[in-house]
Amino acid sequence: MTAGARPGCDADPAAPLLAMTGIVKSYPGVRALDGVDLEVAAGEVVALVGENGAGKSTLMKVLGGVVAPDAGSIRLAGRVVAWRSPREARAAGIAVIHQELSLVPGLTAPENIFLGQEPTRHGFLAPAVERRRTVDLVARLGAHVDPHVPCGRLTTSQQQLVEIARAISTDARVLVMDEPTASLSHAEAARLHDVIRELRSSGVAVIYISHRLEEIAAVCDRVVVLRDGRNVGGGPTGSLGRRALIALMVGRDLVDEYPARDVVPGPVRLAARGLRRGGAVRDVSFTVRRGEILALAGLVGAGRTETLRLVFGADRREAGTIEVDGRPVIVRSPRDAIAAGIALLTEDRKAEGLVLSHPVRENIALPNLAGLSRAGFIDRFRERALVDRFATELRVRLAHPDVPAATLSGGNQQKVVLAKWLARSSDVLLFDEPTRGIDVGARREIYLLMNELAASGKAIVMASSDLPEVLGMADRILVMHDGRVTGEIANGPDVTPEQVMALAVA
Amino acid sequence: MGPLGHRLLADYRMVPVLVVLVGALSILTIADQAPLDDAAARRLAATIRAAGPTDQRILVVVRSQPEEQAFAKALARELSPGNEDRVEVVRGDPATAREALGRLAAAGGRLDAVAATPTTAGWLVLADIPAAFPTLGSPRVFVPTARRWPNFLRGDNLVNVANQIAVIAIMAIGMTAVIITGGIDLSVGSLAALSSVVATRLIRDHLGGVDASAGGMVLACAAAIVACGLVGWGTGAVITFFQVPPFIVTLATMLVAGGLASILSGGESIHQVPESFVRLGRGADVAGIPNAVLLTVLLYVAAHVVLSRTRLGRHLYAVGGNAEAARLAGVPVRRVVRAAYVASGLLAGLGGVVLASQLRSGSPTYGAMYELYVIAAVVVGGTSLGGGEGRVIGTLVGALVIAVIQNGMNLAGIESYTQKIVLGLVILAAVLLDRLRRR
Repeated sequence: MTAGARPGCDADPAAPLLAMTGIVKSYPGVRALDGVDLEVAAGEVVALVGENGAGKSTLMKVLGGVVAPDAGSIRLAGRVVAWRSPREARAAGIAVIHQELSLVPGLTAPENIFLGQEPTRHGFLAPAVERRRTVDLVARLGAHVDPHVPCGRLTTSQQQLVEIARAISTDARVLVMDEPTASLSHAEAARLHDVIRELRSSGVAVIYISHRLEEIAAVCDRVVVLRDGRNVGGGPTGSLGRRALIALMVGRDLVDEYPARDVVPGPVRLAARGLRRGGAVRDVSFTVRRGEILALAGLVGAGRTETLRLVFGADRREAGTIEVDGRPVIVRSPRDAIAAGIALLTEDRKAEGLVLSHPVRENIALPNLAGLSRAGFIDRFRERALVDRFATELRVRLAHPDVPAATLSGGNQQKVVLAKWLARSSDVLLFDEPTRGIDVGARREIYLLMNELAASGKAIVMASSDLPEVLGMADRILVMHDGRVTGEIANGPDVTPEQVMALAVA
Repeated sequence: MGPLGHRLLADYRMVPVLVVLVGALSILTIADQAPLDDAAARRLAATIRAAGPTDQRILVVVRSQPEEQAFAKALARELSPGNEDRVEVVRGDPATAREALGRLAAAGGRLDAVAATPTTAGWLVLADIPAAFPTLGSPRVFVPTARRWPNFLRGDNLVNVANQIAVIAIMAIGMTAVIITGGIDLSVGSLAALSSVVATRLIRDHLGGVDASAGGMVLACAAAIVACGLVGWGTGAVITFFQVPPFIVTLATMLVAGGLASILSGGESIHQVPESFVRLGRGADVAGIPNAVLLTVLLYVAAHVVLSRTRLGRHLYAVGGNAEAARLAGVPVRRVVRAAYVASGLLAGLGGVVLASQLRSGSPTYGAMYELYVIAAVVVGGTSLGGGEGRVIGTLVGALVIAVIQNGMNLAGIESYTQKIVLGLVILAAVLLDRLRRR
């Protein structure tokens, strides 16, 4: 593909391909966007950063034709545009890849890519054409995807490739990627970045939304920072240091992202031996002491999540024993694990951690109902007292305990999940990706809470694909690869990401 | 409006709809109510007495309908003291009345007053008296005073509405629990039929038929209800153990239970039950409230408490809201789902027993299509088919909306085919309205 074939490159080279100027959008009670400017040139990768609620999503909804702005103008290749639907925006060459992938799991890659624009021959579908064009598109991304397998069975990174292929199949001139690496391993993220560079060189304008500042430094040309619906700064990637960027985003200087902790680990609290489940977890053993934070590191598919789920009894294990405080416990179901004082904070809070449509109060009370009820009847006063106590203790910002969990920010949702387990006085806390989808300011609060909990004698196991987080938080690091433990590192200031990566790809 | 008002409105969106419907039906069915009861007769007699001397000569003219005959009798009794032989009653049509007037005229003397019902008062023959029978003079025609009152709001009609909906309302309690867990139960109509057949057949074959004792009937009904509960348990077990969609499993249960009911009854109705079998469905033992209505109300109160105040209730909502999150929070998901289907089975069984009692028989055709009305009641009541939300009192309101519409159309004389169309459109409108308000 040559640059000349990109429609964006035919435009006046002086004008940016996309120029959004003075965009205003208000919702009842909130001014989500208050005169935001965003310009992207053809062949440029612009990082759009900001805390949750800064207005990034709304701005992208305006760009994608999902919502109409109250004021402001959009120019594409110098022409003023105003689309009334996502369909019009797509037709104009705007492609948005959302954080939650939007593939139909039962359809194959070609079927997904050409969904709604199926090539036909004499009125009938032409699957062979779809397949051939899919292979071409994916090959352009330097990858390969089996065109016969339903997308639900592809890995997350392959699904992401399919999404990108779909975007470029419509000759997208502006590609928006919202947290594209949220569920990718380092190696997969690196490959995605290669794809982005490839798209850039072919003249596509890319808007890259991410919380991961390392990635932004690696792949983006320029940064635009939003806060409270306004532009607060930006510039070429090289000109802004990590700390300066964070300070811009949160509006204050974060002293250090990972708060210091001074704990001498006590006796062994949790011991797991010989855990095994198919190819996902093969003979994994580890111990965690009171007051200790153990990190499970590794690439996606290394078996971190699966290991935590086995300890919690969420999946059936084929072998292995679990001891809590030196006593063997039988864990056949989450109920058993909860009774033994083990708690799991799942990676996907929305799908597994919370009943989103239900009040925060009910979510916190759910595992604690036995203690809150007499003869099956829930004591509402004790329920409310318990919820108030832990919501305060964990500094959950709540208008009222009866607001639906769905209305909270990611950080507050994680606190609610934590509250329900602390109310249960769980002693072993299994955190799976504790800060996924949580913005920088709120992350630090979660880290502080984890440290406080460890200091109070709880044992914490944290599975994380965020290497800085692993190095910043853990006392010990257990690195996994392909279902096995490939090494253990006692964490310290001189441990480098490379040491962990070396074991993770072993 | 205070926060409580807002919450009530949010939880029970259909209440205003019900109020509007009742209002509309009341206005549409307003009619002259001339009740021909004893009190009316007393009032009319008093009016006639006050209008003339004590020894008036009075002719009471009524049609031969039992209601009017009774009225005439009561009126004659009220007018008689003091002038027994001066009150004459005519029953029949205008011709009969003319004959009687002729006889009176022939006998001589004046006629002082004519007491008529609203119908007979319109007869020309009465208006013609001064011209046709001049010897009788010109008697005044008295009619019981009419009261304007909606037919819909008449006490007997309201009881009727409540009785008609009791069975569906009872079954809808179990359906609400099932739908809150995110499931559906298509078998309730067939289970009601099965229950009616099992109960009546036990009475006929094993408990003495028409001579069965009260204890025997209770036993038979309890057995039928428990049997339906067991079927519900089986349904729930298949759903939870094999992870099969409830739609399919309960569809199978619906066919099996329906077939079983036909086999057990030999495909016919079973009538050999005592007269007193109707006590549950048609009796009114407490303060004139029909037993079926009282039972329904008690069940709704109990269900509301279970759903809003107990662990089981909270677990039902949690499982429907997010089954995986509930499981990971230690909720015994399978047990909770099974409990919902057991409840649905038991309540379908109870509904069948009430139906059998109302109709004094059991039959495999009872309860046909009830599952659809039951689901409609739940959905109109604001419970989402997606699970995790809903209020059982909303279901009661939903059932009432359906009953009121059906009853109103009956009163308005709309034929049953049209009724179906209207009911379908109203269910659709109710759900669309709910959708719009949620936005």
